[in-house]
Amino acid sequence: MADDIKALSAQLAQEPQSLVFLRLGELLRQKRQFDAARRVALLGLERHPHLADAHDLLARILADLHDYEHAFDEWDMTLRIAPEHTGALKGLAFLYFKVGDLAQAEAHLHLAKRIAPEDASIDQAIAMARGGLEPAPAAERRSDASAAAATPATQAATAPLEESRVFAGLEGAQEGLLLVDTAGLVLGGALRSPAGEDVTDAVAAYLAGVSQEAARTAKLLGLGSWRGLSAEGRHGHVHLAPPTAESLLLVVRDRGVPLGRLAILAQRAVQAARRWLERQA
Amino acid sequence: MTSAAFGQALDLITRVRGVRGAMVVAQDDGLVVAEQLMEGIRGTALAALAASLATRLRKAMEAAGVGVSVFWHLQCEQGALLVVPAPSGVLLVAVAAADVNIGLVRLELLRAAEAVG
Repeated sequence: MADDIKALSAQLAQEPQSLVFLRLGELLRQKRQFDAARRVALLGLERHPHLADAHDLLARILADLHDYEHAFDEWDMTLRIAPEHTGALKGLAFLYFKVGDLAQAEAHLHLAKRIAPEDASIDQAIAMARGGLEPAPAAERRSDASAAAATPATQAATAPLEESRVFAGLEGAQEGLLLVDTAGLVLGGALRSPAGEDVTDAVAAYLAGVSQEAARTAKLLGLGSWRGLSAEGRHGHVHLAPPTAESLLLVVRDRGVPLGRLAILAQRAVQAARRWLERQA
Repeated sequence: MTSAAFGQALDLITRVRGVRGAMVVAQDDGLVVAEQLMEGIRGTALAALAASLATRLRKAMEAAGVGVSVFWHLQCEQGALLVVPAPSGVLLVAVAAADVNIGLVRLELLRAAEAVG
């Protein structure tokens, strides 16, 4: 494999416009050289920004790096370019599985199955997403990029259900996302200060009543219901949103994440929180 | 600070298209210091709620380690409430329509906060 990587690297150096970066990036990913794989994929995307397989490759690398949020964006882009890209469908199924949305995971796998009925790995993944069968053996990692896309879906099926926690799969699930009830009790997620200290309970306590006061303020001003509260701090940004009338979501990030992007992150987390709360009901 | 100076600071905010009113509120007790509000907005109640929200938010943000709040923005279906705490302990508050340029109001609130100290 090392020789293949050398050969492909040399080929890419000679023909930078070629699609050989797809094979090289995939090989590097399989060797778990994720930084190198990502660089290759990004360079390829610079030259071929509308190539679905290039976005799919980057998504798989990001998924392996547990950067699920950006992996989602890349698979989403893949499907915009090539709506029948089974690798992207399986990848998104994997991500939905990670956040505990088994219905969406299964729907994406069924769509992939309609497009590639001969792909046995999809049947296995569907069965496992339903949770009714023993996990299948890990997918054979083949070297061509499109075939290797099966990996995340298979990983999805073998991932433990423990991952179905409220924010599982979302960026910052264990240090920057928090779901509390109206009394300030933690429902899910966790927060860590920039120094690494667990501040979950302290922050949750201060959030008690915020949702009701925000609602009262919006009502007083005749502005309808409140949708979110963005705040800029000296060392970080926060966004609050109400997944339901009885719960409050907090997203915290450093100042490098703009408030607008934080609001988008929060919307994804709100969806995950709503699904989780519905399952708890 | 004179009431004329507060008025000038509020002028910075209310001249932005889509802003329905602006106030200076004492954060400690939620009382109105100065206001320029459109008819129908209950200034005293708004001041109390804005100060209360600001206090809760400040405590939560400090506990989270992100430092004191520089600017916050309550987004609602039909408009927004935007707030900048000034170093002197007052809040600069703006009530805006849904289509307001949030970035512009933020800048004017920060300028006004600097002016009132």
